Amino acid sequence: MNGFGAGFGFGMGGALGRVVRSGVGRRRVQTVVIAIATMMAVASAVVAGSLIVASNAPFDHAFAQQHGAHLTVQFDRARASTEQLAATGEEAGVTASAGPYPATTIKPVDAGGGHLPTLTLVGRSGPQADVDDLDLKSGRWAAKPGEIVLNSSFSGPNLGLGSTLRTSDAADSPTLTIVGFALSVSRTADVWTTPAQARALASKEAPLTNQMLYRFDSAATEKELTANRERLGAAVPSGALLGSQSYLETKRDADEGAAPTIPFLIAFGVLGIVMSVIIVSSVTSGAVGSSLRRIGILKAIGFTPREVVRAYVAQALIPAAVGIALGVVLGNLLAVPLLDDTEQAYGAATLGVTWWVDIVVPAAGLLVVGLAALVPALRAGRLSTVEAIAVGRAPRTGRGQWAHRAAGRLPLPRAVTYGLASPFAHPVRTAAMLLAVAFGTVAATFAVGLTASLTAVGAAADPEERAAVTVFGGGGPGTGPGGPVRQEGAGRSEAPAADPERIRAAVEAQEGTASYYAMTRNDATVAGVTGSVPVALYQGDSRAGSYEMISGHWLDGAGQTVVGSGFLERTGTEIGDTVRVTYEGDTRTLRIVGEAFDTSDGGMAIHGNTADFPSAQPRMFLVEVKPGVSPAEYAAKLADAVRPLGGDAMANAPSEQDNFIIVLESMAALLTLMLVSVAGLGVLNSVVLDTRERVHDLGVCKALGMSPRQTVSLVLASVAGIGVLGGLIGVPAGFALHGFVLPVMGHAAGTELPPSVLDVYVPWQLLLLGLAGVAIAMLGALLPAGWAARVRTATALRTE
Amino acid sequence: MTQVIQLEDVAKRYGSAGRPALGPLTLSVEQGEALAVTGPSGSGKSTLLNLVAGLDRATEGTVSVAGRRLDDLTEHALARFRREQIGMVFQFFNLLDDLTVTDNIQLPAQLTGTARRETAARAGELMELLGIQKHARACPGRLSGGERQRVAVARALVNRPALLLADEPTGALDTASGEDVRELLVELHRGGQTIVLVTHDLALAEACASRTIHLVDGHLALDTRAGAAR
Repeated sequence: MNGFGAGFGFGMGGALGRVVRSGVGRRRVQTVVIAIATMMAVASAVVAGSLIVASNAPFDHAFAQQHGAHLTVQFDRARASTEQLAATGEEAGVTASAGPYPATTIKPVDAGGGHLPTLTLVGRSGPQADVDDLDLKSGRWAAKPGEIVLNSSFSGPNLGLGSTLRTSDAADSPTLTIVGFALSVSRTADVWTTPAQARALASKEAPLTNQMLYRFDSAATEKELTANRERLGAAVPSGALLGSQSYLETKRDADEGAAPTIPFLIAFGVLGIVMSVIIVSSVTSGAVGSSLRRIGILKAIGFTPREVVRAYVAQALIPAAVGIALGVVLGNLLAVPLLDDTEQAYGAATLGVTWWVDIVVPAAGLLVVGLAALVPALRAGRLSTVEAIAVGRAPRTGRGQWAHRAAGRLPLPRAVTYGLASPFAHPVRTAAMLLAVAFGTVAATFAVGLTASLTAVGAAADPEERAAVTVFGGGGPGTGPGGPVRQEGAGRSEAPAADPERIRAAVEAQEGTASYYAMTRNDATVAGVTGSVPVALYQGDSRAGSYEMISGHWLDGAGQTVVGSGFLERTGTEIGDTVRVTYEGDTRTLRIVGEAFDTSDGGMAIHGNTADFPSAQPRMFLVEVKPGVSPAEYAAKLADAVRPLGGDAMANAPSEQDNFIIVLESMAALLTLMLVSVAGLGVLNSVVLDTRERVHDLGVCKALGMSPRQTVSLVLASVAGIGVLGGLIGVPAGFALHGFVLPVMGHAAGTELPPSVLDVYVPWQLLLLGLAGVAIAMLGALLPAGWAARVRTATALRTE
Repeated sequence: MTQVIQLEDVAKRYGSAGRPALGPLTLSVEQGEALAVTGPSGSGKSTLLNLVAGLDRATEGTVSVAGRRLDDLTEHALARFRREQIGMVFQFFNLLDDLTVTDNIQLPAQLTGTARRETAARAGELMELLGIQKHARACPGRLSGGERQRVAVARALVNRPALLLADEPTGALDTASGEDVRELLVELHRGGQTIVLVTHDLALAEACASRTIHLVDGHLALDTRAGAAR
């Protein structure tokens, strides 16, 4: 027997090696199932691990990867020379700098005539730089006049590679062709082009400035950045520093954007990893546990307990190792689209599977397989030879007879009641199968709820877009390009406003108008709040434009305000309290009558009535048209009427879902599919083991006259109860997970959630989700059930 | 008399080449007959039993049992045929250990959809007949070999089959238990039950069978009628 010990080392020479090889080859179905189950479990663990890693401080990682700019500064070209700007890179505390880059703004029009917001355009000769090393997502860098690279967040159906933009709606404005999409984590620009092109596109309205990008040795706080900024300002002639953008503001925006996905991804990630461990353990321990008789025979012919343990651990490790290797590859492939989605959700640089995930997951997989095989193998190794043979060829001691007696009383066919009772013969295997089904059902329930909630969030956003037609009266604050820029000069420019009364008259005179309300958006100040807060003021019956209410009610009279959750939290106020709001010089005390589900501006926006602020003039009219009237035709006619007044009208397209929501929904769908597949495989494995173990009993039943259909019913019934129970556990658990994760996602986004977003499950849906447990179990059992029905009775009867 | 089994030029091959494991064989068994099939290992005894039970299909020829041609039947129809016409007793009992003695006996009747009360009454009647009532709620694994084989016989008879097939029914029993089973089979035969008994035990064959066939290499080597068995 010494030779056996020498053969060990998983090189598997000699008798031990032959035992292992024959064991792996003889139990082909089981070997394949172990390999497939391990592959799926490891693939899902790689995906889950990657998502969890990607969810860990995505901005910080992307910022570090791109050597992001701590400070993006605009300089006046007339007041600071290129040499002076280059010299600022040598200032104390500056660790790296890039620029000066010529910068300007454009307000482009796409090929379909759609207006884009004002975009910051910067001239750079390439994406690489010491600071703000851009991630060129697709296409190439702009090489000649007329070519631009667009920020990848603008990528969409109307803006692809090769699409063109005009720099303004002027007939003679230059046309620019999109040749690439790039991502700047620091958001230093919206459009990049060659320096020469940038200089050429500048105009009197959009003068050329110089952009400098800096990294500092200390930039962790706003205070440190302010000090750095002051040092830069002092290094150039007075008034040369026009404005700056701090990465902390960009980071806050990005973190707020990414925050809602983190609990969601972690929930799926944890589900995936826990399920992987359960499936791998149950597959492996089941495989070893079902080999007791063979173990007894090996011991009878002289194998030592240690050799038996080694042989069976190795028998489990060989297919598992193949499965793990394939799983790592599959996991990396599956992670690609999900990480792409995550990139979009986070606005982060290119994400990949972190290298250590590819090391840790397979290592953990091998460890789990090894341990799961070791426990039953040790048990088998310790059994006396006679016992092992006896246990293996069992007459079992009638475990689960009570279940058979109980099931036998049910008014169901005998094959079904026999199947229903059979899981009780293998409580551990049944528990593992139950967990797999329950986890699959949790994932499905959570995903359905999440999708419904995200759809509700999408529907609740921008209620003014629900109006059939929007009429613009012109004017209003311009949008700041390239993110939050601290303006040093005069205030924001405003387009000339049309006379609202004349616009109103045109709306009322237009045939087909059913109802309308008017509104304006601007900034106001609130006593106790530093800086300005965005305000939306409504005129007329604005119930059609009401946000989803978290609590309280929408505006129904003067002296009222409705605010977002962020406002209540930051000001420490609650519904019923009053706040002093100053709007264009008019100060009013308004009572908070409702908490709206308004996540814009960090939930700080407030809503009120124009009646409270005499200086407020409506800039937008939101119109409902009469039944049978085409909004597009109505808008076209009204546009003809209001354009001469300085206004415009457009029909609102059916609200498209937010890109971010689509990303989350597709991630949820893919992750659910994966988890449900893993759960199905877990069931498949358990039923395969069970069916193979019971093939002799099934042969007896068939010899006694059980038909193939009754055999299939028996096998399916043996998992039906587990499916029902899994559903009964999984649906409430998924429901609870949704109830826990959604508010966390909401808090991460700085808002409470309204009932329309939280209470998304309907009873019939929960019932169907409960049946998902049965469906998972049935799908997993279908293959072995078919096999059990087809196996020749005479062969089955000969099986030991 | 009515023929319960009729085999016409039946052959069974495993795999595509080589000599058949059984046949060609032509054989008929009449109602009420007790046929013992003897022969050395590999002579085709079990193959013959499997073909008659509809557990396996003949490669050549036709097999008819209780007036039905088995080679025409689908798997579903074969299952129905077995549960209605065949009772089987195996060497190693083949009782289902997760069911009680009563449940084991009732199973074939339950598969046919017989009413519960009728099934219970029939099982009770058989347990009483075979002297195993006291084990009604016991697990088969706890019974002696002889008791287990009695349970197996009760299970085989629960649907009042036209044909009882017994494959080495005393092969796994001690002498005393084997004697019990032998007497049981003799009693059943006396009661008019048609039996096909596969055995190595010539004494058993002599005691139970009205006719004995001896197979060698899949062929009929001897066919004797022994009225003394009655």
